[in-house]
Amino acid sequence: MIITEQKSGEDLFALLGSARRVVLLGCSECATICKTGGTEQLLEFEKKLKTRGLEVSARCVLNPACNAQVVKKALKGIREELAGADAIVSFSCGDGTQTVAKLVGQMEHTFHIPVYPGNDTLFLGETTRAGEYVEACRACGRCELGWTGGICPVTCCAKGLLNGPCGGAKGRQCEVNADEECVWLRICDRLAAIGQLDNLLEIRPPRDYLKNVHPRRHVLESRRSADRLKEARAKEGQDAK
Amino acid sequence: MSMLSEVLKIDRFAVTAEFAPPKGTDMDHMRVCVRLAKGRIHAANVTDFQSAVMRISSLTACKVVMDEGVEPVIQITGRDRNRIAIQGELLSAGVLGIKNLLAVTGDHPKMGDHPNAMPVYDLDSVGILQVATTFMSGRDLEGNSLNGRIEFFPGAAVSPTRQTMMPQIMKMRKKITAGARFFQTQAVFDLDLLREFRRLTTPFDVPVLAGIVLLKSAGMARFMNRAIPGVEIPEGIIARMDRFVGKERMNEGIRLAGEMIRTIRDENLADGVHIMAIGAEERLGQILDEAGL
Ligand code: SF4
Ligand code: SF4
Repeated sequence: MIITEQKSGEDLFALLGSARRVVLLGCSECATICKTGGTEQLLEFEKKLKTRGLEVSARCVLNPACNAQVVKKALKGIREELAGADAIVSFSCGDGTQTVAKLVGQMEHTFHIPVYPGNDTLFLGETTRAGEYVEACRACGRCELGWTGGICPVTCCAKGLLNGPCGGAKGRQCEVNADEECVWLRICDRLAAIGQLDNLLEIRPPRDYLKNVHPRRHVLESRRSADRLKEARAKEGQDAK
Repeated sequence: MSMLSEVLKIDRFAVTAEFAPPKGTDMDHMRVCVRLAKGRIHAANVTDFQSAVMRISSLTACKVVMDEGVEPVIQITGRDRNRIAIQGELLSAGVLGIKNLLAVTGDHPKMGDHPNAMPVYDLDSVGILQVATTFMSGRDLEGNSLNGRIEFFPGAAVSPTRQTMMPQIMKMRKKITAGARFFQTQAVFDLDLLREFRRLTTPFDVPVLAGIVLLKSAGMARFMNRAIPGVEIPEGIIARMDRFVGKERMNEGIRLAGEMIRTIRDENLADGVHIMAIGAEERLGQILDEAGL
């Protein structure tokens, strides 16, 4: 899940500047679970806007905000409300907000409207208990869990070390974050339990940052072959002419 | 040739001391302290942005140490530089004729005076040792050839603590594989722990210098227990320091350091000591007098 946190009212009003009429968009997935982009939160923000004399011309929870087809349809559905809007605030993750911003910029009836993020996107994580989320994966591009007993050092070690503990732990706690156990001690315990402690003796090479050249893109093989087929057909058509 | 490596090779009890470069361009105090230590230590470690605090770089301060006639140990952490900058820094060390190298991971920026800085850790201590090793074979990390020869005596740090002994020793073995030819430990105060560590690491046949920190008060000991990564000071030592006030506290710290060094040498608990006076480098001579070195 993508963990988000709502920006402060102050930050949001600074973004909105002189806008008078605003459209609020939320997201039915991660942002709803994180209580940053569900119906409830949109209503709360609407209340704040109203006390400042701003008007909300439409409110819509996208299902979900990161799906272009869904967003396109939703924007068409509120075409009239959007017509007089000065700004759109998107309460989803950064991905959802960009999907919205891109489509808003492409559609004739909306391209002049600025889109602002209502949330800060924090990390990819899991729910540990209601209202508490912990980062679990940094989407590093080469999953190391296979030799670490299923515990991620890239994410859970404050220094992202791959060759074992830094030596700074206090007791069992991490030097950087006293609330967390040093992840390398957890990995050691787990590897001992599954009889794979020797994994720790192998020198791990530095990470390959070529896998992290941003923005990253991933194309499925089925997509590639479909593209090739299309190209070949187009070429055949031309040749026939 | 590195004098430190020679001393360790002939099994003489080695003595190194730590010097932190100043914050600002005035090197006078550091020069004075290094001059005082000259002839009494085998090499001077120069820390690399110690405790993640921005200051003069290790490379420049190593040059100053050399100018004073003392052999430096350049410390390089993985915290602030990526693999390109680390390799460049080590090549530069080679140009200056710096032989001893201590590869360390480095305290997190959060612990220092620029807590918002980006933590790099592109290479860890093992990766930095690999750089030194590949350099000596005439190649960089990517296998490209280097012109000119470069010679290092690479070492690494180890933190023997009760709770992390096993993983620390496993990492130590990796560091040896990566090229570490000597070790300096984090501050040790618990000699039983050091005995255990000696027993476990003797088979590796790589010299270890035990870290000795000069305690200046019980308050400093408590602070270190709370805030300095990898340090564990037993209650007994804190109680001993607690009995003294004013100037006597420093004197007791010097006696304590001297006693520990004597025991370490007499019982062969390490192949040498690495003294960290932390801001009281001018007292180094007194510690060595107390230790009978
Ligand atoms: S190693 Fe960690 S950050 Fe990388 S993909 Fe696996 S879980 Fe994610
Ligand atoms: S104490 Fe453990 S988790 Fe924390 S930075 Fe060091 S190795 Fe990583």
